[in-house]
Amino acid sequence: MEIFKIVALGIVATILTIVLKNQKPEISIQISIATGIIIFIFIATKLASVLEVLNMFAQKINMDVVYITTIFKIVGIAYIAEFGAQVCKDAGETAIASKIELAGKVLIMVLSVPILLALFHLIVQLMP
Amino acid sequence: MNINVDLIFKIAAIGILVSVLNLVLKHSGREEQAMMTTLVGIVVVLFMVIQLISNLFSTVKTMFQLY
Repeated sequence: MEIFKIVALGIVATILTIVLKNQKPEISIQISIATGIIIFIFIATKLASVLEVLNMFAQKINMDVVYITTIFKIVGIAYIAEFGAQVCKDAGETAIASKIELAGKVLIMVLSVPILLALFHLIVQLMP
Repeated sequence: MNINVDLIFKIAAIGILVSVLNLVLKHSGREEQAMMTTLVGIVVVLFMVIQLISNLFSTVKTMFQLY
């Protein structure tokens, strides 16, 4: 099962990071970044199939395709912002991490504005 | 998949090598060379990690349609 491979990889990488922590903290941070990326790439194929299924459901109930792509975009931005923020927190730079999170929130807000507009139009139409 | 796993061990090997080299150079009195080897080690590891990061970003871009 893949989960065993992932857990083994994570533990080995953590040990390597600890080994290098006091001599070379900069390289130990890069090991943790590399491990995070490798684990994500490992599950990327499975995630892609889940997204395909969601897309197929959206087409089946002939929902407007804009909504589902916006949701995917928001999830993508949230994931990358989270990834960057966690890496910065690991390195001890909580200030940079909070700035990345703020930027992620703002970008998601910008993306969700059209959906909010559609919602308000709908509500206004429903009003008697 | 396992090509990437080797990358982690490669980075760790470079890190250990550079830190050992650093100590040896420090004890033999050559401080600048120790600093130079540290920088070289970090730059080499950075190239690998940046290549991985660009790979991650392209994967996420295609998957979440984040063009």
